[in-house]
Amino acid sequence: MIEAQDVYFSYANKVEALKGISLTIKDGEFVAIMGQNGAGKSTLVKHFNGLLKPTIGTILIDGVETTKTSVATLARNVGFVFQNPDHQLFSETVEDEIAFALKNFGFESEAIEKRITWALNLLALTQYRKTSPFLLSGGERKRVALASVLAWDPQTLILDEPTIGQDHEQKEKLRQFVLQMQTQKKTVVMVTHDVEFVAECDPRVILMKEGRVMADGIGKEILTDPSLLKVSSIVLPQIAQIFSKLSLLGLPKDVIDIYEAKQILLNAKESKQHT
Amino acid sequence: MAIIETKNLTYVYPGASKPSISDVSIKIEKGEFVLITGPSGCGKTTLCRCFNGLVPHFYQGELKGEISVAGIDTLKHHTYEMAKHVGLVFQNPENQLFALSIEKDVAFGLENLGLPRDEMRKKVDWALNQTGIYDLRERSPHEISGGQQQRVAIAAVLAMEPEIIVLDEPTSFLDPLSAEKIFEVIYGLNKQQGITVVLVEHRLDLTAKYTNHLIVMNEGKVRFDGNPREILSAEETRLIGVGIPKATLLYQMLKKEGLNLSNTTPLSSEELAGELLEALKSK
Repeated sequence: MIEAQDVYFSYANKVEALKGISLTIKDGEFVAIMGQNGAGKSTLVKHFNGLLKPTIGTILIDGVETTKTSVATLARNVGFVFQNPDHQLFSETVEDEIAFALKNFGFESEAIEKRITWALNLLALTQYRKTSPFLLSGGERKRVALASVLAWDPQTLILDEPTIGQDHEQKEKLRQFVLQMQTQKKTVVMVTHDVEFVAECDPRVILMKEGRVMADGIGKEILTDPSLLKVSSIVLPQIAQIFSKLSLLGLPKDVIDIYEAKQILLNAKESKQHT
Repeated sequence: MAIIETKNLTYVYPGASKPSISDVSIKIEKGEFVLITGPSGCGKTTLCRCFNGLVPHFYQGELKGEISVAGIDTLKHHTYEMAKHVGLVFQNPENQLFALSIEKDVAFGLENLGLPRDEMRKKVDWALNQTGIYDLRERSPHEISGGQQQRVAIAAVLAMEPEIIVLDEPTSFLDPLSAEKIFEVIYGLNKQQGITVVLVEHRLDLTAKYTNHLIVMNEGKVRFDGNPREILSAEETRLIGVGIPKATLLYQMLKKEGLNLSNTTPLSSEELAGELLEALKSK
């Protein structure tokens, strides 16, 4: 469980990035943190694995204050995948990259071997096992960074913009994987701008602006509120955009799911025929 | 005359076992807004690197086939000669920024052209304003966010006013509204000044509406090349792993169920909403 209690954070240059954040993320929750560039999203999640410590306030991970433990200890339970994979990758081969943390955490070599194979397979990277990460495409490097964290199976996974450079198929795999993590009561927190991905996954959405939480709720409510999204520099998902333009037909506006959209529109056609 | 033309272009990175692009033959006309898409690792970025000669001059390796960009054979001319004609915005802005201030980064290309100071000032300010970073101009490009860095990289290319702008997922770190604004600026330059735009994107929900020429790549090859409305309706496009815009998908689902919609496949929410209003309004 992650608890933030009235957290303020200022960078060395005095920029106040967080201004009183209080929230709780329970085990097994899937949360999307959204908001415009500079809203404090990345700063907030860097508190969840102790990379940053609050200037004022408290962060508790499973009841332990992050100021009273080390990043190395926290890392075993909280895996962090950075926005830019080049900040994370350094090994000669994809395989070594994934093995690195596993060795550090003291896994047996047999277990390391199994976990590498599993993670490579999961992220469609098996063919690149012996390749240098730097010969791979941007989207593939991003998946290597994700594989290297998934391999040690942390209780909480923090993903900073996981869908950048990913094609539709990879995004669908990521969605399936996150759903699977939820069934294991694992927690996934992702920072993202990808409204379409959020609409497809339907997680809890936390909307941030200028270092504060502006809204916290289900995607269907938050992603269909044009005024809320506008001040957060987010556009409506495409399905919600369509329904926002159909007000003349008297249809609901809080629609983000394509199958729900189809049903509503077909029902509208039926009722039109009966009048 | 085509401003970019390739014939049977095939390229292998040094040390790689198979080609990253193979047998690519495409034609892009002057003034077009072309969208290139395809699964991650399909060769989109490599193809873009050919357009200004980074492949093969910087990356080395073996390039076969023919390529002509702005009438120049990029195999015979260096990347710095191409810079006047082609501006490239990379996927990862950090690979592109190096100066001590944002303003200097944006001015760098113009300084190399030896422009008079006043003219340079004007162009730099214009580019900074278009990308919404004028107020940041004295900051270091390394102390700003990834999204802001992307704006700097785009501004640096816009300031040069090249004939061709090639953008490789240029707004991936930006919030959606900022991304849309940048796309609008680029679309405006394309429409008003006839600058040829080549945009690499996965997010067709945001970008399909700007283009009338779509190229879909898969495993290094061009799979589709033509009208986006036709290509995005094809089942095979979806199977390759291209993210079809939700408006296009919903249109297909509804048409299959017998809803009376036109035969023009919509690419945006505006287009589909217009059709639905027509089909479902009470008489």
